[in-house]
Amino acid sequence: MDRGKWFMIVTGIIIGGLAVLLVAQGNPGNMGFCIACFLRDIAGALGFHRAAAVQYVRPELIGLILGAFLAAFSSKEFKSRGGSSTFVRFFLGMFMMIGALVFLGCPLRDILRIGGGDLNAVVGLGGFIVGILWGIFFLKRGFNLGAAKSQPTQAGGYVYVILAVLLLGLLLAGINFNPAGGGPLFFSTVAPGSLHAGLWWSLGAGLIVGVLAQKARLCLSGGFRDFFLIRDTTLLMAYGGILVTVIILNIFLGKFNLGFANQPVAHSAHIWNFLGLFLVGQCAVLLGGCPLRQMILGSEGDMDAAATVVGMVAGAAVAHNFMLASSSKGATYYGEVALLAGIIIVSLIGWAYREGDA
Amino acid sequence: MDTLDVRGLSCPIPVLKTKKALEKGYQELKIIGSSNVSRENVSKFAVSQGFKVEVLKEKPDEWNIIVTK
Repeated sequence: MDRGKWFMIVTGIIIGGLAVLLVAQGNPGNMGFCIACFLRDIAGALGFHRAAAVQYVRPELIGLILGAFLAAFSSKEFKSRGGSSTFVRFFLGMFMMIGALVFLGCPLRDILRIGGGDLNAVVGLGGFIVGILWGIFFLKRGFNLGAAKSQPTQAGGYVYVILAVLLLGLLLAGINFNPAGGGPLFFSTVAPGSLHAGLWWSLGAGLIVGVLAQKARLCLSGGFRDFFLIRDTTLLMAYGGILVTVIILNIFLGKFNLGFANQPVAHSAHIWNFLGLFLVGQCAVLLGGCPLRQMILGSEGDMDAAATVVGMVAGAAVAHNFMLASSSKGATYYGEVALLAGIIIVSLIGWAYREGDA
Repeated sequence: MDTLDVRGLSCPIPVLKTKKALEKGYQELKIIGSSNVSRENVSKFAVSQGFKVEVLKEKPDEWNIIVTK
């Protein structure tokens, strides 16, 4: 096995270990790491939505951005670039978030949930894989959002990183901009938003994952995509590393609970779990990477990926303001409609952006 | 020699374009791109298909490689 695969397995083991550690330190169940959930919590802390249970500035994501930035900058991979159908990517980011919030997790949390014994997440994984195949259908027909251009200055690429630093500053300063209104910043007093590891644990874990994910080019949609397209299993190795580590540690800690019922921050509406991650897989293939990868690319100066992440934040606000996000009771009617509409709209985008000569 | 330009394209389009080009029967092809990730992925793919990869230029913002059978 080549070095790339070994590095991917080790990256997976460390991410899996840190994810279980963060839950042990206070994070919600099977939610040591979740890009979608944590962006949704940050959107809540900033008051972009007012769902009282999901408001917290998750330091994991700030650490993730800063770690990936430091890794990219030190290896001269930080490069300001953009201009590849940015507004379309913003919308794909929105729909990717809506899909994730119907399922209740991004692909990374899906693996962590499976590692906790949550079989609903196996249904989600099935949807994710089929969604990736549906995205590949468009790639094979020449889907292309166009080339990003290098920028005349590096300044634009830093904006995303500076936003992360500002967010950390706000969290540390603890400013309440509107005390009469309760915030922002808003902080949940009920679960799951109230459940979190200590700030420095979360920030530190995020930094480590950011560095590793940037170095390994970790991408969860890329794992199955590359396997189906070119029979390359490198990225899939990370799944194995994360999953085996999380299962072993959860069994060891007595937190492994096999079944569909009574899983933390999850529901058993199988069709909507399947279709939720189907939409995430579809969007991720068209965007060129899963939610985690978009976070990392943004940290490397990719302004299209940064716009995608902002689209995900907007998607979280839309999902909670318009009652699209699921709860432990299951999907909502509006969530089901939005999900089906999302699959159709994203498919139309996939069809519209075919290159002529492909 | 023909040139394939994959600068600025999202994953995995550089690899897919390389795959399509090599399937047309090129014995020799110059490829230019912009990110380290795409250089790694394109090179790895070409090698896996039995091609040799020669790196002509490797700058932070652009790379050129020649793949030969």
